[in-house]
Amino acid sequence: MSSDAMAMPSARTEARPWVEVVHEWVTTVDHKRLGILYIVYALIFLVIGGIEATIIRIQLIRPHNDFVSPQVFNRMFTMHGTTMIFFVAMPVLFGFANYLVPLMIGARDMAFPRLNAFSFWLTALGGLLLYFSFLGGNGLYGAGNAPDVGWWAYAPLTAKAFSPGPSSDYWTIALLVSGFGSIGTAINLIATILCLRCPGMTLNKMPLLAWLNLVMSGMVLIAITPLSAAQIMLLVDRYLGGHFFDTQAGGSAAIWMHFFWIFGHPEVYILIIPCFAFMSEIIPVFSRKPIFGYPVMVGATVCIAFVSLSVWAHHMFTIGMNSYANSFFTITTMVVGIPTGIKIFNWIGTMWGGSIQFKTPMLFSVGFLFQFLIAGLTGIMMASAPFDWQLSLSYFVVAHFHYVIVGGILFALFAAFYYWYPKMTGRMLNEPLGKLHFWLFFLGFHMTFDVMHFAGILGMPRRIYTYEPRPGWETLNLIVTIGAFIQGVAILVFVANLVYSYFKGPKAGNDPWDAWTLEWSVSSPPPAYNFASIPAVASRRPLWDLKHPEDPDSRYE
Amino acid sequence: MVRSDQIRKLVSKAAGIAVLLAGGLLATSLCFGAPDDTSRVPSISQVPSIFDPRSTPTKSIYHLSYFVLSITGLIFVVVFALMAYVVVKFRKRQGDEGREPAQVYGSTQIELAWTVIPILIVVVLFLATARVIHSIQDAPKPGNAVEVVAVGHQFWWEFRYPQLGVVTANELHIPVSEAAHATPTFLTLLSADTDHSFWVPQLAGKTDLIPNRVNHMWMDPYETGIFLGQCAQYCGTQHAKMLLRVYVDSPEEFGAWVRRQNQPAVLDANVTAGKRVFETTACINCHAIGGTVANGRFGPDLTHLMSRQTIASGAAENTKANLRLWVQKPDAIKPGSLMPAMQLKNADLDALVDYLETLR
Amino acid sequence: MNTVTSPALEWKLPYRGKVGMAGLIIAESAIFSIFVVAYLFYLGKSIGGPTPREVLETPIFFTVCLLSSSLTIHLASKELENGHRKTFLILWSITIALGALFLFGTALEWHRLIFEHGLTISTNLFGTTYYSLVGLHATHVTAGLVMLSVVLLFGLADRVGIDQSARIATLSLYWHFVDAVWIVVFTVVYLIGR
Repeated sequence: MSSDAMAMPSARTEARPWVEVVHEWVTTVDHKRLGILYIVYALIFLVIGGIEATIIRIQLIRPHNDFVSPQVFNRMFTMHGTTMIFFVAMPVLFGFANYLVPLMIGARDMAFPRLNAFSFWLTALGGLLLYFSFLGGNGLYGAGNAPDVGWWAYAPLTAKAFSPGPSSDYWTIALLVSGFGSIGTAINLIATILCLRCPGMTLNKMPLLAWLNLVMSGMVLIAITPLSAAQIMLLVDRYLGGHFFDTQAGGSAAIWMHFFWIFGHPEVYILIIPCFAFMSEIIPVFSRKPIFGYPVMVGATVCIAFVSLSVWAHHMFTIGMNSYANSFFTITTMVVGIPTGIKIFNWIGTMWGGSIQFKTPMLFSVGFLFQFLIAGLTGIMMASAPFDWQLSLSYFVVAHFHYVIVGGILFALFAAFYYWYPKMTGRMLNEPLGKLHFWLFFLGFHMTFDVMHFAGILGMPRRIYTYEPRPGWETLNLIVTIGAFIQGVAILVFVANLVYSYFKGPKAGNDPWDAWTLEWSVSSPPPAYNFASIPAVASRRPLWDLKHPEDPDSRYE
Repeated sequence: MVRSDQIRKLVSKAAGIAVLLAGGLLATSLCFGAPDDTSRVPSISQVPSIFDPRSTPTKSIYHLSYFVLSITGLIFVVVFALMAYVVVKFRKRQGDEGREPAQVYGSTQIELAWTVIPILIVVVLFLATARVIHSIQDAPKPGNAVEVVAVGHQFWWEFRYPQLGVVTANELHIPVSEAAHATPTFLTLLSADTDHSFWVPQLAGKTDLIPNRVNHMWMDPYETGIFLGQCAQYCGTQHAKMLLRVYVDSPEEFGAWVRRQNQPAVLDANVTAGKRVFETTACINCHAIGGTVANGRFGPDLTHLMSRQTIASGAAENTKANLRLWVQKPDAIKPGSLMPAMQLKNADLDALVDYLETLR
Repeated sequence: MNTVTSPALEWKLPYRGKVGMAGLIIAESAIFSIFVVAYLFYLGKSIGGPTPREVLETPIFFTVCLLSSSLTIHLASKELENGHRKTFLILWSITIALGALFLFGTALEWHRLIFEHGLTISTNLFGTTYYSLVGLHATHVTAGLVMLSVVLLFGLADRVGIDQSARIATLSLYWHFVDAVWIVVFTVVYLIGR
C-alpha cells in the first residue's frame, strides 16, 4: 500500500493495470475505502429502489391502470421498501460512519479492519442475493421470484401455505446475512470509539458524530438481532416444519408482528440518529458557532435510544390490543417525541446569533429541519391510538414515513455528501448544480409527499396495486406521481454532479469549509495512515483552538 | 449572492407551506364536496374520508383528531416562525467577513424551558387520547346490539349473523342507530387464512382480522346510506380489490332484508339444467347454497347472490355479463383471486349463469 | 498535529478485544432473549403432542459439566497470565472435554426425546420452541468448542504464551457467556416450563 495520498487512478502519473486497482479495492481493509464502497453500493441501490418506486407511481397514476400486473406491483413495493431500508439507508450510513469516525477521533483505522471488510462484503452479498430473486420464476419481466410479502413479511402470509415459492426465503436469507454484517460494523464502531480515541479526547470532548454513531451502534446490537431471531424462526417454520407462526397449530401471527416491530421501530431511529449527527456537524460550521447544548444533545440521543425500545407496538394499534396496552404505547410514543423536539430546538439555537452561509450543505440542512419538524408532528398524530385507527395502513402513514426518510434522512445525507465529498475525493462538488439539485428535489418532494397525506385522509389504504375511481383519489395520485418524476430528475442532477466533479471539480484543499474537527486537519483525500502523528486534543473543536489561540474552546468547555 | 440565497430559502419554505395549504384546501373541498343527493336512493359517490364521521366511534376520533391537529398545528407555527426568523435574521452579511460571531455553548434555562413545555403538551395529549381509547374499546355491548361475525378470507368478506341466522358475503347490512333507540352493531372479527383489516372510514376506525385471534369492533351509524371501505392489511395478490360496502338500512328495510336472507334458496323449475351443472361440478366444494347439496365454506355463500349489487368483493357490478365472465375467467376481473376458472362448455356456462341469476 | 503543549497525558483506553466481545455478547443476548420469549409465550399452548412435564428430564450432570468448564477456563486464563503454559494447556483441555461432554448430553437427550417420545421440531409448539432454543445454545457451544480447539492446537504447537493472554481472556468471556445463557435456558425450560 503506497504511503502517499490515497491515490485515485486519475491522480497518478502513470496508469496502473485495472486488475490491480480492482484487486486493491476488493481486498481493502482501509476504513476510508470501505466507507466509499458502502456509499457507492448504496447509491446504486438508491437508483434501483427509485426505479421500483417509479414503477409503483406509474401504475397508480390513475384508477384501474394496467401498467403492471398485481403480482409485479406487489413485488415492486416489497422490493422498494426492503432495498431502501437495508441496502441504501443502512449501508450509506455505515459508509459515512466508517469513513469519518476514525478520522474524527484521531485514529488510524477502525478497531477491527478485517471484520470491517467482512461486514461490508456480507452486506453486499445480502443485496445481491435479494436481487438474484428477480431471476427465475416468471422471468425478469414478471419480476421473477422477488419477494411480494411486503417489507415486514407478516405471518402467516410468509408461511409455506401462502407463499409456496422461494420469494420469502430470498427476503429472509438476504436480510439475515446483511444483518450479521450490520452487527459486525456496530461492534467495530463501538470498539473503535471506546478504545481508539486520541489522547485528550475524553467522551465529553468527542465530536457529536462519534457520540451518535456510538449510540446508534448500541441500538443495532439489540434491535437488529430480534429480526435475525424472527427470521431464523421463519426458516424453521418453512423448512423444518416448525410452528412458530403457524396459526393452525396454535401459533400466533401477532408474535411475528411484535418481534418485527421490536426491530422495526428502533431501526428507524438507527437510521435517523446518524443523520442527526450530520446535522450536528454541518449546522455549526455554516452558522459559525459551536453546537448549542452539546451535553443535552448527547443526553437527548441516549434518551431517544432507550425510549425507542418501548414504543414498537404503535405500529400495531389496529391489531386488537386492549385499551391499557394501546394507552401505554401512546404515551411512550409521545414521550419519545420530547428529546427529539429538543434536538430541533438546539439546532435552531445553534443558528441563532450566527452568521449563516447558505451553501448547498446548509440548504439541505435547513430543509431537513423544516421537514423533520413536520414529520415529527404527523408522528405525534399517529401516536394518538384512536387517530391512528384511521390513519394507520393508509397513505397517510406512507406519507409520514417518507417525510422522515426522504425529507429527513435523505436531505441530511445530501448535506453530508456536499460537505464531505471534498474530503473524500479532494474536489468540490459544483455549487450551482448543487443548488439546482436542492430546489428540484425540494419541489418534487413536497409535491409528492405533502399531497400524499390527503390520499390517506380520504380513505386510500396502502399496498394496493390499483384503486377505485373515488373522488379525489385520482387527482391526488396524479400529483404524487408527477412529483416523483421531478425527484428522479433531481437525483440525476446529483449523480451527474458527483461524476463530473470527480474529474473536473475545483481542488478542495484540506479545509474548504473552515471547519473544526480533526478530519479537516489532514489532506483531501487523507493519506492511507490518516495522521502523520496521532494528534492530542484539549477541546471539542481542536481546529478552532488552533485557529483561535487567543480564544480556545478549552477555556470554556 | 448571499442575500438572494436567503430570500430563496424563505421563498422555498413559503412554497412548501403553499403546497401544504393547497393540498389541504383541495382535500377539504373533496371531503365536503358534492352536494348531497336528496333522493331516497342511497348515494355511493361519497368519499370514504376519515373527516366525515357518521357514527359514534368515528365522531370521537374526529373530535380527538381536531384537538391533536390544533396542538400540532400550533407547535408547527411557533417552531416554523423561529426557523424563518433565524434564517433571515442571522444570515451572513457583508460586514461579517473575517470575524466569527459570539461563540455560545448553551443555556441551562432555555433547555429546561423547551423540555418542560413539551412534557406538559404530551401529558395533555395523552389524557385526551386515553379517554377516547377507553370510550371506544371498552364500550359495553347493549342487549339489543346486532351481532355480526366477520371472517376475512383471501380476498372476500364472510358475514354471519348468529342470532338472525343469516350468512352473506362482502356487502354488510346493518340497521341505522337512532339516538332515541340505539341499535349498534358489534362485530367479532376472525380470519380464515392470513391478516386482513376491516376499514370503513366513516363508520369506525380499522381493526385487523388475524387468524387464531378474536377481535371486536362496533359501529352505530346515525344515518342511512351506503358506506365504502376496503381491506387495509396487505393479504396477498388481490388485497387491492377486497372491497367493502356497508348498507345502513332503516329498521324496516333491515328487517325486510333479514327476512329475505332467511328464505331458502329460490327453486325455479326453468333453471334445473343450470342447477345440475352447479351441483355436479367443483362449485359445491367452495360454495354453499341453502337447501342444496352445496355447503362449501371456502368461497362466499351464494344462496342470495342476486341480493348483492357487486360480485368478487366489489371488484365488479353484479350483472349477467360480469357473472358469466367471473365464472369463465376470474383473472379478467381479479387476477390472482382464488376463484378458479371453471372450464365449462358454453352451453353449461349459460345454463349455470341462468341458474345463479335466480338466486335472489 | 498537537493542539496541546503539555507533555503526553496518561491515556489508557479499554482493550478493544474485550469491548468487541462485549458487543457480540450483547447482540447474542438479544437473539437468545427473543427465543426465550417465544418459548415462554407458547408454554401450554400446544394443541397436541408431548408436553414438557411428560418428557423432560432435568440434565443436572451435564449442566454441572458445562458450568464447571467456566471455572476451568477461568483458571486456565489466569495460569496463562502468569506464564504457566503447561497448566494452561491442561486446564484448557479439560474445558474442552467438559464442553464436549455437555454436547454429548444434549445429543443423548434429543435422541431419547425423538425416538422414545416422538417429539421433533415439527410435532407441536413445544417441540418447535424447545429444539430451537436448546439447539441455538448448542450451536453456540459448538462454535465455542471449535474456537477453543483451535487455540488448543496453537497451544500444542507452543504458540500461546503470556502475550496472547488478553486474547485468551477475551475468548473465555465468550465461553462464560455461553454458560450464562445455559443458566437462563435451564431455568426457563426445565424449571419454569415444567
